[in-house]
Amino acid sequence: MSTLSSGRRNVLPGFNISLGFTLLYLGLIVLIPLSAAFIKTWGMGWEGFWAVVSTPRVVASYKLTFGTSLMAASINAVFGLLVAWVLVRYDFWGRRIIDALVDLPFALPTAVAGIALTAIYAGNGWIGQFFEPYGIKIAFTPLGILVALTFIGLPFVVRTVQPVLEDLEKELEEAAASLGANRLQTFRHVILPAIGPALVTGFALAFARAVGEYGSVIFIAGNVPMVSEITPLLIITKLEQYDYVGATAIAVSMLVVSFTLLLIINLLQGWAKKRQEA
Amino acid sequence: MSTTLSIHNTPAAKAPSSTTEPWLVRALLIGIALAFLTLFLFVPLVAVFFEALKKGFGPYWAALAEPDAISAIKLTLITAAIAVPLNLVFGVSAAWAIAKFQFRGKQFLITLIDLPFSVSPVIAGLIYVLIFGAQGWFGSYLSDNDIKIIFAVPGIVLATIFVTFPFVARELIPLMEAQGSDEEEAARVLGANGFQIFWKVTLPNIKWGLLYGVILCNARAMGEFGAVSVVSGHIRGLTNTLPLHVEILYNEYAFTAAFATASLLALLALVTLGLKSLVEWRTHKRINEELPPENPQP
Amino acid sequence: MSIAVKNIGKKFGTFTALDNISLDFPQGELVALLGPSGCGKTTLLRVIAGLESPDQGQVLFDGEDASRQDVRERQVGFVFQHYALFRHMTVFDNVAFGLRVKPRKERPSESEIKRKVHELLNLVQLDWLADRYPSQLSGGQRQRIALARALAVEPKVLLLDEPFGALDAKVRKELRRWLRRLHDDLHITSIFVTHDQEEALEVADRVVLMNKGHVEQIGTPAEVYSQPATQFVYGFLGSANIFHGRIQDGGLAVGEHTLPLDEHTLQADTDAVAYARPHDLEIVRLNGDTTEGIPTKVLRILAIGTLVRVELENPGSNVPIEAELTRDQYQELKLLEGEAVVVRTKNVRLFPKIDYLANRVSV
Repeated sequence: MSTLSSGRRNVLPGFNISLGFTLLYLGLIVLIPLSAAFIKTWGMGWEGFWAVVSTPRVVASYKLTFGTSLMAASINAVFGLLVAWVLVRYDFWGRRIIDALVDLPFALPTAVAGIALTAIYAGNGWIGQFFEPYGIKIAFTPLGILVALTFIGLPFVVRTVQPVLEDLEKELEEAAASLGANRLQTFRHVILPAIGPALVTGFALAFARAVGEYGSVIFIAGNVPMVSEITPLLIITKLEQYDYVGATAIAVSMLVVSFTLLLIINLLQGWAKKRQEA
Repeated sequence: MSTTLSIHNTPAAKAPSSTTEPWLVRALLIGIALAFLTLFLFVPLVAVFFEALKKGFGPYWAALAEPDAISAIKLTLITAAIAVPLNLVFGVSAAWAIAKFQFRGKQFLITLIDLPFSVSPVIAGLIYVLIFGAQGWFGSYLSDNDIKIIFAVPGIVLATIFVTFPFVARELIPLMEAQGSDEEEAARVLGANGFQIFWKVTLPNIKWGLLYGVILCNARAMGEFGAVSVVSGHIRGLTNTLPLHVEILYNEYAFTAAFATASLLALLALVTLGLKSLVEWRTHKRINEELPPENPQP
Repeated sequence: MSIAVKNIGKKFGTFTALDNISLDFPQGELVALLGPSGCGKTTLLRVIAGLESPDQGQVLFDGEDASRQDVRERQVGFVFQHYALFRHMTVFDNVAFGLRVKPRKERPSESEIKRKVHELLNLVQLDWLADRYPSQLSGGQRQRIALARALAVEPKVLLLDEPFGALDAKVRKELRRWLRRLHDDLHITSIFVTHDQEEALEVADRVVLMNKGHVEQIGTPAEVYSQPATQFVYGFLGSANIFHGRIQDGGLAVGEHTLPLDEHTLQADTDAVAYARPHDLEIVRLNGDTTEGIPTKVLRILAIGTLVRVELENPGSNVPIEAELTRDQYQELKLLEGEAVVVRTKNVRLFPKIDYLANRVSV
């Protein structure tokens, strides 16, 4: 057996080959290609990198991307919690089907979501027509981006909160009630602290997904530079202009944010797990 | 979609329960949740099929029977047929190493496997352009030997593998860790070789989790847009997958055709959700079977 | 087949699970590895099976070094603590597994497998469950199927890891007796791990007592119970009263009082610990001319069953002294709760004082 194996389960075969293949495949598909982006940026030096990522157009795209992502994740935190609550706690007709359909944004290709949302939130669309008379445009404005990002982030909060809510001991609530708490107090002081870590994790997952999202947004966004141009689109624009260095610099800035988010999410999940086990 | 609802267990004259809300509050919460889901989920889904069939079945079929559409379907199927099995083999192999053995850096390896999920699809495409593109690391070598990866099928497959990379592995790792190695060890003591252990003991125990991962992996592989868009070059009839075909039609204002193609993908999504629910139901049932009421009768 | 282990050592990180262990397991015996959790008994069993590789030492089967042999080549039957039945296979397929994975040349025919499996299922008296799945069985049934599965490959050695650990008290007792009978029929060299002293003393031919990675004592159940070799064994097997004192002429000085002692080898004026079983204590009424024994008070009398348990105040500790009387003795004494009495020892076991016992109960 390999020196890596500490011997606990070493009677089973295949450690070297399975770990070897895993590392090889991981390296070839993920790590080496990702490192290409960093190596390319390294060549431009700090000043060159900063010059690209600090231009007004790029900064405007950051503000738009992170701002709408944050708002979408917040909307999802509130409504995702509500949906999870309703699905776990109440029994109503069609509950199981709705439960299954919550995952639709995971399964539906983003391009399909993009054109469908555009069609219904456009000024003459099924929903957009109700807002048009009041001068509110949804599609082709930052508001449209918010709609798309809310759509794709929806399952994250529901699916992280739901299992915790299901496992929540009924006795805790009964104890709170027996001590004289009303439902709202019980929710605030007993239920919310218990599902808090899961809720924050779901929020972070939805946010991370929204920041990188491309397919569903570009159809509904309008893509006007400085106004409704998200960062991933800007990368593509640079690529189409054969500005590989510029595209890569922006990509690296986003990768750094993504990896930081991944780290935070890992820590959050560790925290949530500990809380649940305690 | 209908949002009519009826609430069971309506307390009539009983004392209010201490662990649920009054009838009115419940109805209100269900109402708000359903309204939200309707606005963001159900209406878009219905809209896809409505727009696709708005002009009747004739134009619908015509849009799907078009040569470019057929070739997009083919390319999508080919891409998934390569990407899914590769990630399946990877997922099983990674889960075997991680769940059955102890080694240092295991947690870090799990994080690395999850990495593609946190990378924007656009960047996933970009990194392959940096390596295989005309100005990339192997650009001159590839063009000298007349090998095309970027703006060709291999690039599309690679980008798809990247974005679907973690699906099977992340499904199997927690499952196999939870199941432990007792049964494999028992098989070993009884004389089974590695191949027999895997086929006769491990695989039957993980088959539903495996299927679950494959279903999700396949849905994403067939539906990926951003990453594929960067490396495809949008050559009609050659390097367009179904999602890219939707985009081209849409940008040409061929809305009915765009939605007709999109409806295929929406159907795929619904089938995915159906299968997923089925597997969840199966495994849930199995979990319940694992824990029978203990009534020892030796 | 006889088994021997020589100088086996095994560490997990900084934790020493097995510390230079050497043991012999003669052909045909049923031996119990007994000890508290974490004493290394399961690790030793897994090392013998080949499921764990030791850092040092050898495992000998019939005198031949098997250390290099893979678990598949050792021909051991192993019964896992939580049975490890294949949950997707029927009881029949579980038992047949070991036969079906044999290399084609050695593999019996399907009809031969069928005959053999049913024979084994009959042996464990569960033939009627052949088509069930493990999840549909009770704990005791799973245990016996696991045993049948292990026996199917005709092992030379049978190793059982806490075979009754997951069962409730009543089932345990029945299965214990059943295992003993089975062993008497098959006479296959068997080792089982347990933390339950009653189980070990009742079932095994010999008991190996383990603590903190080393062997404390080996012997027949009667030997280890009546002649404990170490303080650990004394304390682990059965209940014991512990008296801390100093060796002096005529006995052990405990506080201001003296306990009489038989012959012993300890030096005078050294600290010592005396162990006495509850039935080795004697209770007498206060009497002017008695100087031996420890004056105390009756706290509680539990007169249930054939023996009467008396709890007495312990002047040096809040753990009461425990004495056992026969009904006759009890009736003769006519003890009352709260009464002042003197406790004496009829039979004690002396050990030199070791510091790690300092925090144990003392008088």
